[in-house]
Amino acid sequence: MSLGKARPYLMIFPAILVFTLFFIYPIGYMIYLSFHDWNFISPDKNYVGFNNFTALLQDAKFMQVLRNTFIYSALTVSLTISISLLLALWLNRKGAMYGFVQGAIFSPHIISLVSISMLWMWLMDTDYGLLNWFLNLFGISNVPWLTNPKTSLLSLIIVAVWKGIGYYTLIFIAGLQSIPKDIYEAAALDDTSKVRTFFKLTLPMLSPTLFFLTIIGLIGSFQVFETISIMTGGGPINSTNTIVYYIYENGFRFFKIGYASTAGVLLLGIIGVFTILYFRLLSRKVHYQ
Amino acid sequence: MAEIRLENVVKRFNEDEVVKNLNLTIADGSFTVIVGPSGCGKSTTLRMIAGLESPTSGDIWIGDQCVTNVEPGKRNIAMVFQNYALYPTMTVRKNIEFGLVNKKVPKAEREALIQEISDIVGLTEHLDKKPQQLSGGQRQRVALARAMVKKPKVFILDEPLSNLDAKLRGQMRRELIQLHKRLGTTFIYVTHDQVEAMSMGDQIILLDQGVVQQVDSPMNMYHDPNNVFTAEFIGTPAMNILERERLEIFLPSLMDRVRHVGFKPEHAHISAEMEKMSDHLVMKSEIITTETLGAETIYTVMNQAGTMNIKSFTEPITDTQKVYIAIPFDQLYFFDENEKRIRATEDYMEAPMPAMVGGA
Repeated sequence: MSLGKARPYLMIFPAILVFTLFFIYPIGYMIYLSFHDWNFISPDKNYVGFNNFTALLQDAKFMQVLRNTFIYSALTVSLTISISLLLALWLNRKGAMYGFVQGAIFSPHIISLVSISMLWMWLMDTDYGLLNWFLNLFGISNVPWLTNPKTSLLSLIIVAVWKGIGYYTLIFIAGLQSIPKDIYEAAALDDTSKVRTFFKLTLPMLSPTLFFLTIIGLIGSFQVFETISIMTGGGPINSTNTIVYYIYENGFRFFKIGYASTAGVLLLGIIGVFTILYFRLLSRKVHYQ
Repeated sequence: MAEIRLENVVKRFNEDEVVKNLNLTIADGSFTVIVGPSGCGKSTTLRMIAGLESPTSGDIWIGDQCVTNVEPGKRNIAMVFQNYALYPTMTVRKNIEFGLVNKKVPKAEREALIQEISDIVGLTEHLDKKPQQLSGGQRQRVALARAMVKKPKVFILDEPLSNLDAKLRGQMRRELIQLHKRLGTTFIYVTHDQVEAMSMGDQIILLDQGVVQQVDSPMNMYHDPNNVFTAEFIGTPAMNILERERLEIFLPSLMDRVRHVGFKPEHAHISAEMEKMSDHLVMKSEIITTETLGAETIYTVMNQAGTMNIKSFTEPITDTQKVYIAIPFDQLYFFDENEKRIRATEDYMEAPMPAMVGGA
């Protein structure tokens, strides 16, 4: 049986079908909806041109949502990466204790975010939470973790960092172990200080790992939803509202589907820019053997 | 002054004693080759001198300084690794410069040194390339340049040529010999290849299972082995070692203490006709294989005493398998039951050897 030129297309057809159905079509439909006014139920979708976009960009609440999302992402990713890099440097050796610590810090990664949110709500409870009980031991008065707009976003960042560290550390350790030992020996013979060895050898050799984790971290944290939905509901006073939660709120609680889609298009654009930036830097700055 | 001394050095990895009570002196300015089969402890010894491993017990001296507990970077040693161990993220220039920056050498001086060294090893046009853009031979040169630029008291080379192809290896071997002459620094070179040891070293240290078998010049190592191990390790092909029992009829006057008799492949004469040769051990033999190498021919022959290699510089014998080999008595080597060499004639022979012909 000869399929001729059709064979390769036939081979990739299932993958393309799934991709089109679940990625291309929803994205296209979202862009289509962003130009319409629709309440999710009515059969009429009114074309409104760029009205949704202008409204969104003039929406002070959305500006705060954007700011929240940027702060959340920047802090979550930078904190997670720096803490897990330090942990990886410490844990990258043999011994039962190191294995145990590595396993222990990885465990949050396999727990569902809903459970984690419940756990941290209890830990962060202002009056009965374990965190405040612990702080009280040192004479520090109760911190209103999730109930004060000044601390609420930071509290969510703490949860995200806590959950992410184990996975990041694991990837960093794998990266560290792929660095050949003999270049460290060469550096030792070159009388290189520990700090210089880290910045001149370890860090450049880790750059692929570092960039990989930065980009998946940024994309992931831009899409944060569960913890906000369960722990704060975007509050207090909009202080923890982020893009995805804002989309959800507008779409499925206020039934402003067109408006929500517009925010979705914007999120797509932001993540797209990050991804392009990432690949640009990747080809230029990142070392691959 | 950079004489290196190892005093009672022992290295154990868990239960495994890799280096056993090693006492060595490596003369200042020498090209010393540590050679031995895999797992003999040669790399461990080298790494202890470099400071990358610390001895379980014993002391290491460089010149008049005891360096046993001195960090590798403070020993004034440069090392060339088997896999080059270049810094992959840095250009050739940065690789060479790295150690100088650590030593806080001023920039102008660094530039001059890099220029000078890269001229010597022929890397000038590759200075701004990354190691992965270079061939194996070029990487090896970068590793050499990086070592040379530090102007160390001691050069340590850990099987530096084993990743190169045969032709390049020969070329680099000659370049290293010239480099050593030019620098006059102590070179310590580790290899498992006795050809490298013979061709490059002015002193060879032969190790086996963590014990020194012999320390000698290449020619002495070859012509005057201390024991069966040395005799069988050095030379291509190495010395033939025969069991005494199978030579009883040829050499009746051997003393009881002689357990092994050896001879070098090139000392035996091989011919199709039996010749009456006095003072020779003559054995009727059968050729098993013939390797013609151009200038020389290596035969593997079998006879009453066993299988042995014969090297001949005459035309290869092709018309017959039945040959006679003749070994001069005065070219025989004798070893006792501990495989140690017996040197004095009166220690291995009761009476002068008669001319004898034997064979099946």
